Amino acid sequence: MSARVKPYDGAVVCAPVTVPYARFSPESAHWWTGRALQALSQQTGLKPGDFDGFCFASFSSVPDTVVGMVQHMGLSPRWMDHIPTGGASGVMALRRAARAVQVGDAEVVACVSGDTNQIDSFRQGLTGFSRFSQDATYPYGFGGPNATFALITDNFMREFGVSREDFAKLCVAQRTNALSNPLALMKKPLSFEQYVNARAISDPVHLFDCVMPCAGAEAFIVTTPEKAQELGLSVARIAGTIERHNAYPEDAVQTRGGWGCDIDELWAAAGCGPQDMDCLQAYDDYPVIVAMQLADLGFCTKVDLPQFITENDFTIPGSLPLNTNGGQLSAGQAGAAGGFQNVTEGLRQILHCPLGDQIPEARRALISGFGLVNFDRGVCTGAAILEQEVLR
Amino acid sequence: MSEPLIPPKKKDPLLNTRAGHVPPALRSRAAKAMAARAGQGRFVLQACEDCAHVTYPPRDRCPKCWGALTWQDQPRGAVIEAETTIKASTDLFFRNHLPWRIGSARLDAGSMAIVHLHGDVNQGDRVRMEIKLDRGGNPALFALPEKETLNMADDPQLRVFTADPKYRRILVTDGRGPVGQAVAEALVKAGAKTVFLGNNDRLMRYPGQEQIEAMEGIEPVPLSIADSRSTEALAAQLGGRVDIVVNTAQHTRGGGVGFGGKLSDLQTGLDLEVSGLMRLAQAFAPAMSGRSDDGTNAAAAFVDVASIFGLSGKAGYAGAAAAAAARLSLIAGLRGEMAQTGIRVMSVLTGPIDDAWHQDIPPPKTAPVQIARAVVSALQQGQETICAGQVAKEIFGRWQADPLLTIREETQ
Repeated sequence: MSARVKPYDGAVVCAPVTVPYARFSPESAHWWTGRALQALSQQTGLKPGDFDGFCFASFSSVPDTVVGMVQHMGLSPRWMDHIPTGGASGVMALRRAARAVQVGDAEVVACVSGDTNQIDSFRQGLTGFSRFSQDATYPYGFGGPNATFALITDNFMREFGVSREDFAKLCVAQRTNALSNPLALMKKPLSFEQYVNARAISDPVHLFDCVMPCAGAEAFIVTTPEKAQELGLSVARIAGTIERHNAYPEDAVQTRGGWGCDIDELWAAAGCGPQDMDCLQAYDDYPVIVAMQLADLGFCTKVDLPQFITENDFTIPGSLPLNTNGGQLSAGQAGAAGGFQNVTEGLRQILHCPLGDQIPEARRALISGFGLVNFDRGVCTGAAILEQEVLR
Repeated sequence: MSEPLIPPKKKDPLLNTRAGHVPPALRSRAAKAMAARAGQGRFVLQACEDCAHVTYPPRDRCPKCWGALTWQDQPRGAVIEAETTIKASTDLFFRNHLPWRIGSARLDAGSMAIVHLHGDVNQGDRVRMEIKLDRGGNPALFALPEKETLNMADDPQLRVFTADPKYRRILVTDGRGPVGQAVAEALVKAGAKTVFLGNNDRLMRYPGQEQIEAMEGIEPVPLSIADSRSTEALAAQLGGRVDIVVNTAQHTRGGGVGFGGKLSDLQTGLDLEVSGLMRLAQAFAPAMSGRSDDGTNAAAAFVDVASIFGLSGKAGYAGAAAAAAARLSLIAGLRGEMAQTGIRVMSVLTGPIDDAWHQDIPPPKTAPVQIARAVVSALQQGQETICAGQVAKEIFGRWQADPLLTIREETQ
């Protein structure tokens, strides 16, 4: 195994921001990104000149990368990064910003993801999503990610005996959680029957397995404990993180993600285990990926998944609160911001400033990201454990 | 088994015709190289020159050792590991063709692929893979049952990737010669509803006329593609119900360039074969393009039968080879244009035809019935380029390996 990962002393996370989502927006990714920076500024009093680090994620900012965004937003950072990994971008931004702050390359890093969703931009985005998908995935019926994940789901259900009823429990719990979140796009309760009887989109993926693409932005700040104190912000510490890309390429159909390669290091670094987590904020664009994470992150084995799902309650007052804002399934998937909401929601729960209901006494959150179905499987994975440090 | 196709009813002229959309056409250069080979009916994947690893999707370097990749023929077997039926799509073409089944295939050659599924193929099945070309000319992996099933070619998903003659109405341009007659007969036997058979001089009888015109499904039509007015008149009359065009026009006359060739033969040949091809395309391509997704008898293909010597030249037949070369060039151009509208453009390459105009060439020669078989096969398979007979195959093989050497061999 590689050299032991050093702890994240000297860096803290704070100031979670969610810009209310919109199903469709005529505005640009730049507008949504600027709106998130404005919200950060309103929460902290920081101005453009006060941010010396900027970490950015977006699918719809084309032709601009972080470079164009820095000039567009009037920033002049001494450290910046662009994270093109969608659902894994939040965890990755967090790790990179933390290391930059730790070694002094930057003192105050704004981590921002913003994406718009214009009429027809989803179809256009798919057409040129990646080289492999353009050559070898989407021309096959053009079912988009629904069809690709349907193949993964079909195989996963057969392999591990997981049923639609198991997925129903996860999706229904997340909807229950979303009902307390005023910003969630889904505002009506979802019953078990509604889930099971929903129309098929691409067998075995049905309507309530799919997220609602939307426009939105998410942001948080990584800085030093001293600076956060000066600003009067509640902070969390980073107990451990992992990241892995293109793991297990030999698997015929994806049944596991890169978490499995490094999960023992994550728990060892944090000095705790799955049973110590107050909530799990997991990537949930299709419940099969939630189930995959439950096993790969160490909550249970794959074959025990049906039993684990049956025995646990995934609502906010439950035994394992899951995606407490409703997740992407019920709050909406704002492009790359969908890969940031796990960080912001986990942070809010342990800093006790949730959008909806609070998990009582929450101190530790497990954040898990999954991103970029480049061809037939998600390539990027990451996870982080955040712990409440100071409430102010 | 597949549901047998139902003969299409007469079209209601008040109904709006379904627009002929083409699936997204953006592809890498490597995918285009795959298409070029798939168009010849080959099943190819990239293999590493250094470590022999076989890879898919199309890459530009080997993922095992970063060596250079070349396209190589591969075993066609595969197993379907997972499947799904797509019931919602944002693409304008596929929306009109839902539900659409795809699967994850473990290729015997060694990699995974997402593939189109024939209706008789299910999860867990062993299958036979083909690389079809889609309506836009791009490569598409298609999983077929390992063994022939009942009405297999009628599968609605498969039919999107072919131009099967079954129930289609086909124009064959020159019915006066043995090639046109053989092609027309083979198309009728392959299930064509009607073959409109061109005759450029209705006052002159021709050999085989009574027999071919008496055949059920054959409908003689006046057509001289050397004459713009004749071509346009026929298109005005039946352009909206021609689903496939097969151009069999030939004007082969012996002779060299500096020695023994007649300028008038060259001019006549160019006018019939080259200008004639353009007349035909301009008269029929637009109407066909408007009907490329029009149900069971949607317009589907434009086929040109030309001499293989268009690739290499031919000593003693310089003018005929020049006309064939120009034809191949025009056909390539037309293929690019029709790829935007969902019509396949196919080349049938022939060796010297066993007729009165190739008396000087020793056998083996290409029989009209071999050409007919190649035309039907190209349409049924959706193949872009096909060789009729052994001579054409042999020359095509040499030309692919070394074009300049082949030109030298055929002209010196």
